[in-house]
Amino acid sequence: MHEDFEISIEGLSKIEGHASLDVKVRRGKVENVKLKISESKRFYTQAIRGKTFQSVPQVVSRICGTCSIAHLTCCTEAVEKALNIEPSEQTALLRKLMTYGMMIRDHAMHLYLFCLPDVFGKDSVLDFDERQHEFVHHAFEVKKAGNDLSKLIGGRAIHPPYAQVGQFSHLPDKEETKDVIKELKIVRSNVFELVRIFYDCPFSFRKKTRFVALTTPDFSFLEGVIKSSQKTIIPEEHYWEHLHRVIIPYSQAAGYQFEGKDFMVGALARMNLNREKLHKETKRDLAKYLRMFPSEDIYHNNLAQAIEIMHCIDHSIEILESSDFKKEPDKKVKIKEGKGVGVIEAPRGTLYYAIDLDKDGKILYGNLVIPTAQNQIKMENDIRTLVSRNLDKDKNFIQYEIEKLIRAFDPCMTCATHFLKVNWV
Amino acid sequence: MKLKVGLFSFTSDEGCSMIFLELMNNHFFDWEKLIDFKYFKLLKSKGEIKDLDVAFVEGAISTFKEEKRLKEIRKNSKKLVAIGSCAVNGSPSNQRNFFSDDTKKEIKMVMDNFGHRDKVSALNEIVKVDDNVPGCPMEEDNFLEVLNKYLKEFKVI
Repeated sequence: MHEDFEISIEGLSKIEGHASLDVKVRRGKVENVKLKISESKRFYTQAIRGKTFQSVPQVVSRICGTCSIAHLTCCTEAVEKALNIEPSEQTALLRKLMTYGMMIRDHAMHLYLFCLPDVFGKDSVLDFDERQHEFVHHAFEVKKAGNDLSKLIGGRAIHPPYAQVGQFSHLPDKEETKDVIKELKIVRSNVFELVRIFYDCPFSFRKKTRFVALTTPDFSFLEGVIKSSQKTIIPEEHYWEHLHRVIIPYSQAAGYQFEGKDFMVGALARMNLNREKLHKETKRDLAKYLRMFPSEDIYHNNLAQAIEIMHCIDHSIEILESSDFKKEPDKKVKIKEGKGVGVIEAPRGTLYYAIDLDKDGKILYGNLVIPTAQNQIKMENDIRTLVSRNLDKDKNFIQYEIEKLIRAFDPCMTCATHFLKVNWV
Repeated sequence: MKLKVGLFSFTSDEGCSMIFLELMNNHFFDWEKLIDFKYFKLLKSKGEIKDLDVAFVEGAISTFKEEKRLKEIRKNSKKLVAIGSCAVNGSPSNQRNFFSDDTKKEIKMVMDNFGHRDKVSALNEIVKVDDNVPGCPMEEDNFLEVLNKYLKEFKVI
């Protein structure tokens, strides 16, 4: 038993963005856990003021490299709601496909490149030996399939240029579509194996948890109502009223509580609250693995992500094979004053945008809440619990367990520090 | 002999790191034979900034801490390449440089509290930059050209 010790991790690795952690134990009690998001603020909330409604989605896309499609799509939804623009069915389908491409790529990056080294007891995918090389191939094949799907629809996987307010400027090429379908079918077996790996993975951290997710009728991440594990049902435009913003003085990002308590958003929340809406083929082939849910084991967030990759593949193949995308007339937009809210599920959880436009269609005010900020308080509380449960163990062991647990949450620090408003007390 | 490379990220959305990971989809198994990743926080926890052949640096410089670290990277790298427009010309991470006085007042507390510099700077305002890969995110072909140039220059290929 260690009575007094400190753990300090400067620059956590294999996560998106910059963060560090301080833990202080005194007289056998965890006195302090400080998860410090050290990503430098870029003041997007201020920077978007005065920008035109057409340009703002491409500006906020730059908040996050890995989930730029989520920021772009969610902000576009908020702008469209403010201007009463109803996107066509075809546009809605294309958005689903572009989002699926992002999910496949982003989840694959997290699971193969950030988490699999932990499973194999290695520091990095760069250190994998011959026996593990097969998974490096899998990793890049799956990631590439997602990348190519987003490229097909949006023109690029990061900051896609074809996605616009109201419509897409280009339609997917028919030959390229066939190639992408083929690619998705090929990588499906890789993903099956990935699901099995995270199902067999012995890592576990269980704790009573509140989950929140936007639940969509076809598990497509974009349109639906917000549900919680406490059976709350909230329309998108009222989500903000259920959140409570908490200033964390040592972190460059603020945290959030849901109805006054810590909570978790992300793949695990979606799987717990909406798994019956997964694609029928995903449900058929992964029935055994789906029986793990509902689950309060944070490490099942990895399993849930792997299952989501399979769903994205299955639904994308179905949409691509059954659609004939045609040029549509340009959306007419009547510029006016208005307020709009967009809520979608980003790879790491619920993403909220509120946009106020003036009579010229310029941004008066913008507010956004990103998934990592919603998970931040629970992450800290869980690290505290983890340390308390392991006080009799070696310090290096505890440190490694903490890093693993943080990675299971899949935090994104680049997203977290867009910055809202200054409110120091 | 492999090319000793470091990848570093400053104030940015890490979109260029993401492009690098996407380039790995097609190039990983070649690069594995040619490149020794001495520092790459996104993929490995252990890393050191020492005797690098080439440092690829993403992001603009917005805090004093970042400025100090960039200088340390420069000192320990034979070549330094700015990747993506934040590193090349500061934008879009430098948006606060253009804020009105009122908006600057609004963010002052945060700036002071977290050691932000008065101005967000591109890399070449602080250190010597040997090559630039522009674009937001960085241009893939341009990056591959620069990488190949250094693989030849350091006689790896």
